[in-house]
Amino acid sequence: MSVVTIERKVLEKNDEIAQRNRELFAQHHLFVINVVSSPGSGKTSLLEQTLKHLNGSLRVGVVEGDVQTDFDAQRVAKFNVPVVQIVTNGGCHLEAKLVNDALSNFDLQNIDLLIIENVGNLVCPANYDLGETLKVVVVSTTEGDDKPLKYPGMFHHSSVLIVNKIDLIPYVNSNPKVIRKNALQINPSLKIFETSCTTNKGIPEWCEWLKSQTVKRAD
Amino acid sequence: MHELSIAESIIDIIHQYVATERLCTVRSVTVKVGTFSGVVSDSLEFSYQAIIAGTPLDQSRLSIEQIPFVIECTECSQQSYNEPGMMQCTSCGSVRTKILSGKELQVKDIELDDVVEEQT
Repeated sequence: MSVVTIERKVLEKNDEIAQRNRELFAQHHLFVINVVSSPGSGKTSLLEQTLKHLNGSLRVGVVEGDVQTDFDAQRVAKFNVPVVQIVTNGGCHLEAKLVNDALSNFDLQNIDLLIIENVGNLVCPANYDLGETLKVVVVSTTEGDDKPLKYPGMFHHSSVLIVNKIDLIPYVNSNPKVIRKNALQINPSLKIFETSCTTNKGIPEWCEWLKSQTVKRAD
Repeated sequence: MHELSIAESIIDIIHQYVATERLCTVRSVTVKVGTFSGVVSDSLEFSYQAIIAGTPLDQSRLSIEQIPFVIECTECSQQSYNEPGMMQCTSCGSVRTKILSGKELQVKDIELDDVVEEQT
């Protein structure tokens, strides 16, 4: 019997393509966020409110990832921004190659901020680097305050946490302070926003932060 | 359930190291899986078995080496064996810690049966 030593990362192929994406983004001074969450946390609503509030002040491109349908791309297209829908046909996450293929549909020279809305899933997308600048994890108040502790991987890999649907706090047993405390136990350096897509609370602060990050990249 | 695509990536790596005609001699492939890698070992084994059925790798086995989640405190230098993802030092309570292990997802090695040369 013989043993061949390998010692290679299982996902190195994905990581290599992610690195190529990252270089392409850097070349065009793009700020790229990979938005992750469980299904139904309000990622697309947040995106709609963000585009509405930004109102053309940033040139935004959007990649939508879903298991099926182009419903989300249709919602986003109403804001007159370039959008590409990736349908994974059962796949539970986006991979770097899928994003790389989608990029050929954009005029990257004329985009400041690329938003990638991942497939709704709080587990699998954590493993797949897409070449993004950072991950933004969205948790809604209806999901349970212990979500960060139950799904630590995603919170560990994210740089920003958005606690969404804060308008529902009076109706559900949720305390954003507890969500915040739990999330910081997993990732003490998380930047945290609290938002409501119904009342618009927190959206201006979130958009201002996006702008500050984007301008920084363009320097 | 991304273990299926992880299993496919493992098989891709085997193909890069083992010639097609020798694939049937692969006895086992050892993979290091950290407890904070986001991969469920049982699902990965199941996915691997499902993919290799009817292929030259049919007789091979996926062997998983579980790597524990360990952090080290940058303030008191103590190591803690926490629940995966929990970053607080169990000695001094600081969150200024770094992960020493537990995020691995790596193909370690492949074991092959020796091919007995046919005598002429």
